[in-house]
Amino acid sequence: MYKEKAGDSINAQANPWEGFVPGVWNEAIDVRDFIQKNYTPFEGDSSFLAGATTRTKDVWAQVLELMKEEQRLQGPLDFDTDLPSTITSHKPGYIDKNLERVVGLQTDAPLKRGMIPNGGIRMVEASCEAYGRTLDPTVNEIFSKYRKTHNAGVFDGYTPDMLKCRKAGVVTGLPDAYGRGRIIGDYRRVALYGTDRLIADKKAQKTSLDNENMSEHVIRLREELSEQIRALQEMTEMAESYGFDISKPAQNAHEAVQWTYFAYLAAIKSQNGAAMSFGRVSTFLDIYIERDIAAGALTEELAQELIDDLVIKLRMVRFLRTPDYDALFSGDPTWVTESIGGMGEDGRALVTKNSFRMLNTLYTLGAAPEPNLTVLWSEKMPKGFKDFCSKVSIDTSSIQYENDDLMIGKFGDDYGIACCVSAMRIGKQMQFFGARCNLAKTMLYGINGGMDEKIGLQVGPKKDVLADEYLDFDTVWARFDEYMQWVSRVYVNTLNVIHFMHDKYSYEASQMALHDRDVLRTMACGIAGLSVVADSLSAIKYAKVKTIRNEDGYVVDFATEGEYPKFGNNDDRVDEIAQKIVTRFMDLVRQTPTYRDAIPTQSILTITSNVVYGKKTGNTPDGRKAGEPFAPGANPMHGRDEKGALASLLSVAKLPYEDAEDGISYTMSLVPDSLGKNEDGKVNNLTGMLDGYFGSSGHHINVNVLNRDMLKDAMEHPENYPQLTIRVSGYAVNFVKLTREQQLDVINRTFHSQV
Amino acid sequence: MSSTIPTLNIPKYHADEMLGRVHSFESFGTVDGPGTRFVVFLQGCLFRCKYCHNRDTWDLDGGQLYSVTEVVEQILPYAKFMDASGGGVTVTGGEPVLQAPFVGLLFEKLRQHGIHTCLDTNGYVGVYSDETNLMIEQSDLVMCDIKHINDHKHHLLVGVSNQRTLRFVRHLADIGKKTRIRYVVVPGYSDDLADVDALAQFLAPMENIEHVELLPYHNLGTHKWKAMNLEYPLEGLQPPSRETMDEIQATLESYGLEIIR
Repeated sequence: MYKEKAGDSINAQANPWEGFVPGVWNEAIDVRDFIQKNYTPFEGDSSFLAGATTRTKDVWAQVLELMKEEQRLQGPLDFDTDLPSTITSHKPGYIDKNLERVVGLQTDAPLKRGMIPNGGIRMVEASCEAYGRTLDPTVNEIFSKYRKTHNAGVFDGYTPDMLKCRKAGVVTGLPDAYGRGRIIGDYRRVALYGTDRLIADKKAQKTSLDNENMSEHVIRLREELSEQIRALQEMTEMAESYGFDISKPAQNAHEAVQWTYFAYLAAIKSQNGAAMSFGRVSTFLDIYIERDIAAGALTEELAQELIDDLVIKLRMVRFLRTPDYDALFSGDPTWVTESIGGMGEDGRALVTKNSFRMLNTLYTLGAAPEPNLTVLWSEKMPKGFKDFCSKVSIDTSSIQYENDDLMIGKFGDDYGIACCVSAMRIGKQMQFFGARCNLAKTMLYGINGGMDEKIGLQVGPKKDVLADEYLDFDTVWARFDEYMQWVSRVYVNTLNVIHFMHDKYSYEASQMALHDRDVLRTMACGIAGLSVVADSLSAIKYAKVKTIRNEDGYVVDFATEGEYPKFGNNDDRVDEIAQKIVTRFMDLVRQTPTYRDAIPTQSILTITSNVVYGKKTGNTPDGRKAGEPFAPGANPMHGRDEKGALASLLSVAKLPYEDAEDGISYTMSLVPDSLGKNEDGKVNNLTGMLDGYFGSSGHHINVNVLNRDMLKDAMEHPENYPQLTIRVSGYAVNFVKLTREQQLDVINRTFHSQV
Repeated sequence: MSSTIPTLNIPKYHADEMLGRVHSFESFGTVDGPGTRFVVFLQGCLFRCKYCHNRDTWDLDGGQLYSVTEVVEQILPYAKFMDASGGGVTVTGGEPVLQAPFVGLLFEKLRQHGIHTCLDTNGYVGVYSDETNLMIEQSDLVMCDIKHINDHKHHLLVGVSNQRTLRFVRHLADIGKKTRIRYVVVPGYSDDLADVDALAQFLAPMENIEHVELLPYHNLGTHKWKAMNLEYPLEGLQPPSRETMDEIQATLESYGLEIIR
């Protein structure tokens, strides 16, 4: 281990902030102020970057071996059945103790998965069973009998209506059996301040409430602050077991990386949220790296090595999940999202050399889905960085982009992306993750008077089935609206139950310890099936849609006669329908009160669960057959965009961000040749596409640059493509980890190529 | 070929109301001129190229009628993408010169909006009317296909003589119009080095030519013939080898021509 270069050899008397420009950050916990006062914008190109060192290659090769074995097993390499994971539950674990520069694993062995029962013991039990093991009976008894879980609490609160919606899948993907995730601790705080200072701050916050009346709100906050203080103490203890003292601020770049990672590690040892994002760390770390390089204590090669080692750790994040869960989310995602670049409020780009180094890990270590590297794109960023992003995208397909110019006004210049598209001010804001509501199904309920024709269950309020032989737009819209009113209310109330119970039984103490005392909460709702509904309504309006009924009179299929405008062609006739749906559903969501006064938002994002949503949804008037996948996120339906890639982008860009502030996700797959004739041309066209899309108010885009034949081959010979990464609506995934069905969906999804 | 040249059936209007027959639009063209291009595929062509990859654009009565104003409206939302990439609009087909008056007015309008215009043509111009000259004048760049330098072989490959095309290319040189030449290498038809040599001699003195783009024949358009229940004339023909492409490039380069592949 490189310990002698780190913690214990440092003179305890040295000032860890030596050379930093002071500011508000010295007096208060304010990482943003520290960054703004101290970072060095970088306007050059990628030529300064170093490659991987032999050491890095050696460590990564060892991890790749383990990952290969994991792939062969189609499941966890190993996992605990008798030791619930906490921040301090496990002894230190290493990949190769003598080689690692950044240390710390979730358990005592690499890729061994911890068991986190607070979200729900049933998920743990099912996971054990699925992988041929038995959950320790004592642990089972404790979490069934003595220590209630989030999952148990939720089902105590659910109403029959909620259960029906959940069963039918009109409201789905709910985080009611595991951690909700989507919370970003400000992990940088541990590096900048050390845990002693943070604990003192939290104690002061608690003291500030000593003389308040003990309302439910104040009692809860005091309890939470106490838990946060304990979590910080445990974090310190955990780091100590690895031989590091994080109670004090980091003294150099190596420690800054290590401290920040320990803070993150505490989060993933104690929570198994669907998305456990990393934040906006690169530029923060650059300040330490620049200081060390200036002092001659670090070289470019060693700086890259530090970031490589950090990224190796982030690529190893694992949770114990059931195979069902993996099918819903496609692969085994963790959404370790790191946000890179963007602009500062003062007009300086937040692009530093370390922004490049973070992207460079896709070369030094090869392409990979995690960490979920997210570039906050601004037209105003230096061209050198923009072109490097485009180049990395073309080479690795491993970057997603979000519109910084759109978000900076709302979230400032120190926000991060949780999961795929959700922006939040780091350390100041959190969200209650709300999965999504299936609007295509809701529309069918409107037509069938609340009957789920697919499973034969009266899910919504009972009304007459629409009697028209040919559907009338106004009638269908009115009915759709009625059922949106109903489902939005059930939906928000379901989320209220979930998040009440999550706070109560599975509170994220270590992550919330890295937030301010009073955080802004959003209730992050979501919709699925937007393009299906928009095209269906367009077909009803502009063509003739005949209903086909079963013997009970329910509409089970449609016959569409004539042409109609389809979403994805920059045609306002249908694009306006899509916009109207988004705005209307958001308005309805706003009408139901939320738990902890969370501000309602929504996303248009499905991950690859668009496959599962489609499976649960019957025939739709746009001609989509029962069971066929929806388009992912806000994408137009496969093959319906007839005017090429940019027309499709513009349709999506017109969706109203102010009514979908949790994010509008668009996934684009391009075969390499469709970007241009040569490398320079491709980079130029992709940069131009991103500038143009974001300049037109698009919010998010995943860029896959692939070859259809390559994907087909990867389906047949997954062993040859262990690292083949594709981006799907908000995140990247290893293609070979997808089910065959999902693989086909990815291949059939519009490939934009030249006529 | 027949003595009377068939013409497109297009009602005559003035300026913005001028109508054109459009086959389709592509919003993200990246290989038909500099930067990102909005590509307008016009309907109708008189060439009968055996390897045509847009077979569905031949019919002179097909497509859909759009006015200049309507096409400009289609294009303007993409101006940001063009600006950001140094791109513009490319009109191709089918064969745009068959609708020269429409193209001229469209380009004039686009240039008023600061949009770069590119004419992608086979150069089959009969009469240099005011309308044709306007089209050429309003083209910031012309990309002209020379299918074959040898008239007989040209006839064999595309069904018409190459005299109009060669005259068009000479005309562009005479007026100093920025031009790119495209040459498709079809094995057994246009890969004879002696022909390539003749082509190079024809082009070498022209100072207006930026480069010659060598395109290997591909068979990706076959499905369009099949969809129309037509037999694909070059069924089974494979794309040229890399060696053939290299040789042709070397021959052209020996005359000082810049080659892009």
